[in-house]
Amino acid sequence: MADTQERVLMKGNEVLAEAAMRAGCRFFFGYPITPQTELAAYMAKKLPLIGGTFLQAESEIAAINMVYGAAAAGARVMTSSSSPGVSLKGEGVSYMAGADCPGVIVNVERGGPGLGGIQPSQSDYFQATRALGHGDFYMPVLAPSTVQEMADLIYLAFDLADEYRTPAMILADGMIGQMMEPVTLPPERDLSTLPAKPWATSGTHMERKHNVVNSLYLSPEKLEKTNFERFERYAEIKEKHQRQELMLCDDAEIVVVAFGAASRIARTAVRDARAKGIKCGLLRPITLWPYPEKAINQLLDNGAKQFLSVELNMGQMVDDVRLAVNGRADVSFYGRTGGVLPTPEEVLEQIEKIAQNMERGE
Amino acid sequence: MAEEFNHELLCVLSGFGGQGLLFAGKVLANTGLIDGRHVSWMPSYGPEMRGGTANCSVSLSDDAIGSPFITRPTALIAMNQPSVEKFAASVQTGGTIVIDTTLAMDGAAGVELTDGVKVIAFKATEMAEEAGLKGLANIICLGRLWAETHFCTREVLDAALVKCVPAKKQHLLDPNRKALQMGIDLGE
Repeated sequence: MADTQERVLMKGNEVLAEAAMRAGCRFFFGYPITPQTELAAYMAKKLPLIGGTFLQAESEIAAINMVYGAAAAGARVMTSSSSPGVSLKGEGVSYMAGADCPGVIVNVERGGPGLGGIQPSQSDYFQATRALGHGDFYMPVLAPSTVQEMADLIYLAFDLADEYRTPAMILADGMIGQMMEPVTLPPERDLSTLPAKPWATSGTHMERKHNVVNSLYLSPEKLEKTNFERFERYAEIKEKHQRQELMLCDDAEIVVVAFGAASRIARTAVRDARAKGIKCGLLRPITLWPYPEKAINQLLDNGAKQFLSVELNMGQMVDDVRLAVNGRADVSFYGRTGGVLPTPEEVLEQIEKIAQNMERGE
Repeated sequence: MAEEFNHELLCVLSGFGGQGLLFAGKVLANTGLIDGRHVSWMPSYGPEMRGGTANCSVSLSDDAIGSPFITRPTALIAMNQPSVEKFAASVQTGGTIVIDTTLAMDGAAGVELTDGVKVIAFKATEMAEEAGLKGLANIICLGRLWAETHFCTREVLDAALVKCVPAKKQHLLDPNRKALQMGIDLGE
């Protein structure tokens, strides 16, 4: 394994695997699908060498239920897939949420719906932030935009999952998964420093009562109580863990909002717009749930008048921008879908259009 | 030192699967890693792998890189005709195109190039085979591109090559070095 301080050139998918192992992940259950497969392949090669378990399940559904089981037993565990495969995991993720089981789910998105295509996409935003499974639940969703962030955010995802006893998701896409960039890998976690899980079904050793991990509550009052408790944790996550990057936003009247692959394209467009004298900035959400509402409110307080959501879909995150803006500014959307990427020139054109309309007082 | 380099190299390397373009791209990307520059290497992973334009986009820059997919390259290495047809017209003014005319026999003929693009065409695969360097036309082309654009120092180029030849295939290091030098010599 590479030295922790050394910059190495690695693929995003492989970095997710390597950083997960360094975060203490010792169990991986998955099923191959493009454009995520390098992650599973890397785990297959490396995880057994450090005493971990890699298992290619017979299906995505089996894989997520293995994750549920290992999580219930207290392990740091993950699975990964791409869009159609993640849909299959929905039921299992809901069970994990209902049983308060921590675990990490990676989605390296491709175009949809259905089998769709295999090129980069962000069309699973709704699924990730709203309805990955049935029932009243959310989970932290982290969106890397560089290979370095693949490392940093999966490390964080494991910690958030354990701290709040929740599944957590990395929402990446085919671009960030397939590309190589320099990365400084995080340090190896000493497994003895991982948080204790006194609730886990790890054996009583005749020293305590049996722990039960389950999501079934036939008494409505009890079920309501578990949901109330879970939402208190959600409120704390919302309060403490909104994350974003701001670029050129200090005096921005137009704010482009974009995450992941789309934010890389938007970044170039925002720079080009600045070069043309347009007061334009970039807000890049790093957490998609919780959504960075505080940052949006701050930008509104600072005089932002127009928000442009740029996404690789037909317009999904734009709803969260609207909710956060809450009528205090105009919100518009630009996106390409199906695996087609917008060019920076296309995004710049949208920014210029907004700037012209502002000048005309429209 | 940085002033000697191109501010930005946006290079597409394309050919049939098996010609080693993704490997040549990795060598190129590693020069940027060694130099501490911003680097991205983006492979094609879709159906183009089966259509004769298996390719990768390598960006070396002093600034953070936006999209790793290159739409207006400053350099192109094309090792077959479909790759010339797909990418040559997109190379920007001042750019360089290296074509292996062993397979891309028509070179850039029939492609409408942007003004001020330099085309360097030679039979790299044939040269490699004659020199006993079968399969290393990719590295000859990379050497030729370096001679033209000097995207790093000669030492860094060699170090990147050393880094990319896996430990289990050390017997291939010398032939790779010879191929690199052969490409460089073509430009001098």
